[in-house]
Amino acid sequence: MAEQEKTTEKEKMTIVVFSGELDKALAAFILATTGASMGMDVSMFFTFWGLNILKKNEGAPGGKGVMKKMLNFMNRGGSKRLKLSKFHMFGMGTGMMKKFMKDSRLPSIDEFMRMAKDMGVKMIPCSTSCGIMGLGEGAFREEVGSLAGAAFFLNEARQSKVTLFI
Amino acid sequence: MKADQTLDCVGLYCPMPIVKTAQKIKELKTGEVLEIVADDKGIKQDMPAWCQTTGNECLGMEEAGGEIKVYVKKTQK
Repeated sequence: MAEQEKTTEKEKMTIVVFSGELDKALAAFILATTGASMGMDVSMFFTFWGLNILKKNEGAPGGKGVMKKMLNFMNRGGSKRLKLSKFHMFGMGTGMMKKFMKDSRLPSIDEFMRMAKDMGVKMIPCSTSCGIMGLGEGAFREEVGSLAGAAFFLNEARQSKVTLFI
Repeated sequence: MKADQTLDCVGLYCPMPIVKTAQKIKELKTGEVLEIVADDKGIKQDMPAWCQTTGNECLGMEEAGGEIKVYVKKTQK
């Protein structure tokens, strides 16, 4: 079996990251880095709230025009500002979970992103979401690849053995 | 069981033992054996699954005092 697998092309895995919460981002990056460790070619397609995970932690909030600047000010994003989907409790719950993660020596979202990049995981922001929210490629961290649309995602997904929506 | 190299994953949870094993196995020559020491019980299911997908051979496990030792023979290209 191993002989057969060697000759074939790498298996693909595609993940849509729609959500922008800490716990869901963690699930996405755990699966992406594990997939890459299992020899799969992994693409992560970030759309809507998922874009918050990719935004820079530093600098001014992105956005073109007053209204979109306001949106990105309210919806600031950045890996360090992500909240838990439950028990955020004005930051107390999230802070506690981050501490538990650290105590368990689990990498932070930042560390997961760097690991994923080093392993060749592609992180692709959805061009439509970026357009709607007035975000250019400059709004995102350096690990992030170039923008793409639904056709790109579907073309990856149809060749993938594993496709997830988070 | 005799191993050529050892990887310490004690105190680490999924996915770190798998991620570290995937990195470490690159340092081994084909046919060499890697010993992974872990205490997350998930590894008993995860390592055979990782081996099956990557084309390596899971030779066996030893469990003693909460520590699990897994032996993986590098057979992937």
